[in-house]
Amino acid sequence: MTTPLTTPQAGPASGPGREHGPAVRLEGVSKVYGQGKDGLLALDEVSLTVAPGEFVCLLGASGCGKSTLLSLVAGLDAPTAGRIEVETGRVAMMFQEPALFPWLTVSANVEMALRAKRDRGVKGTGGAEGAGTRSRAERRALAGEFLDIVHLGGFGGKRPHELSGGMRQRVALARALAQDADVLLMDEPFGALDAMTRDLLHDELERIWRERNLSVLFVTHNVREAVRLGDRVVLLSSRPGRVVESFPVELERPRRTDSAEVARQAAEITDRLREEVLRHGR
Amino acid sequence: MAVDASTQQSGAEPSDVHARQIAGLDALELADRRKSGLASRIWSGLWPVVSALVLVLLIWQGVVLAGWWPEYVFAGPVTTLGELAGRLGEAEFYQAVGVTMRRAVVGFALAIAVGLVVGALVSRIRPLRRAVGSLITGLQTMPSIAWFPLAILLFGLTESAITFVVILGAAPSIANGLIAGVDYTPPILLRAGHMLGLRRLSLYRHVILPASLPSFLAGLKQGWAFAWRSLMAGELLVIIANQPSLGEQLHYARELADSPGLLATMIVILVIGIGVDLLFGAADNALRRRWGLHQVTN
Repeated sequence: MTTPLTTPQAGPASGPGREHGPAVRLEGVSKVYGQGKDGLLALDEVSLTVAPGEFVCLLGASGCGKSTLLSLVAGLDAPTAGRIEVETGRVAMMFQEPALFPWLTVSANVEMALRAKRDRGVKGTGGAEGAGTRSRAERRALAGEFLDIVHLGGFGGKRPHELSGGMRQRVALARALAQDADVLLMDEPFGALDAMTRDLLHDELERIWRERNLSVLFVTHNVREAVRLGDRVVLLSSRPGRVVESFPVELERPRRTDSAEVARQAAEITDRLREEVLRHGR
Repeated sequence: MAVDASTQQSGAEPSDVHARQIAGLDALELADRRKSGLASRIWSGLWPVVSALVLVLLIWQGVVLAGWWPEYVFAGPVTTLGELAGRLGEAEFYQAVGVTMRRAVVGFALAIAVGLVVGALVSRIRPLRRAVGSLITGLQTMPSIAWFPLAILLFGLTESAITFVVILGAAPSIANGLIAGVDYTPPILLRAGHMLGLRRLSLYRHVILPASLPSFLAGLKQGWAFAWRSLMAGELLVIIANQPSLGEQLHYARELADSPGLLATMIVILVIGIGVDLLFGAADNALRRRWGLHQVTN
């Protein structure tokens, strides 16, 4: 952790009795697609930890298995070998696309996170929320609060297609937050947005990350974005994906993507990334 | 950038400025999305139909004037429309339409039920898919009139025979619509649903079924076309006493060489078929508009 100010994870903000192990731990995780000799080794013995409240950016060229790694942590896919531990088990994920349900309103999309949580039975919240059975009105009110967090309070009644790309991605963020997860996995969530919107969403994400004391694993191929956001930038090699190097980013927050310091550190990481890519050129 | 300078000058909270910047960007991106008025929408949908109708009437009249057939074999539009107008004032006409529509609705409703059950089972159960998936598509290509000899053998000259064929005609399309919808559920939505903790039945209910709605609706539309054709074929072949129907009218109009009556009945059959199809089209359009699946291009 490198945030210089009041480090939010120092206090037991996330409830009493919580251990201070890493929020996410990967040990020797490998993933092979296909079988036998034709199998494609996507990830090779990747070990990685994310501390509680830490913002880790995963960086790599194409084919480094960044997205595979997130799918494994998310439990959407199972590793071929190795162990993955998520301390609280409460993981939310954002994709490159907003992946909102077009048949629901914006508010109902967020409510779905609250309803789905009830369906699988809330665990670990300690009965404070009435065994997880919320009425429709409660869910709606709660969804409104989450939309307020991403500055979309007035848009709950709209349909996703009526919003712009950046707004939809913020709805997706609200939906992820509504899951009450403490680990947020993000798979190039701002990749399809224009630079201006992306900059604003960086600020937005940074604010929410600090306020809610989230642990974030953020995949990107944009080096500056990684340096802008991360406490640490982890560089992955391609085919198979391995951890090459981990760069701590000790710049003071809030940072700006276009600042000289970010550019300097990004250049350093880009050089290392190019070396990696060079190995494949022969 | 100028943003920082203005922040310092106004002395506002940075988070407040940030929120306002975001609101500004949102407003810019949402501007300039206007809907065209109802009247202009109706007109833009109506005028091609009206001109096509006028064109058809002109060609019809042209053929009659060409004199290839005598007037009592191939009646002109004026005679036919006069006959049709006369029928619209008779109770018998509405009785016939009523019987036909009752058969259509009952048959189509049963077809939906069968199509839903079959479609849901086949899309869920993999071996079943391999076993009967292509059979369902094959059934679609089977002309419904080819079922009637068997249906009459099984049920006799009864309404059950007609209903049986209507179901066989429409159910495969409806089942196929549902199966295609389930198959083409965007994987990203499945992953999103999975991340939200939806599994198995709840995933089916909250993600897969709603996602397959457009395709299901297309299946319904196609199913209706098949049902209507099957019904007309059935009413021509299976004529039940004291049950006047559109198909029966067609049959007797031919027997009695009543050309205007025959053409008038055909027009009624066409209009009902198109009318119901338009209803499905409107439902499909409304759904697409709600989901943002198509941009209104005017």
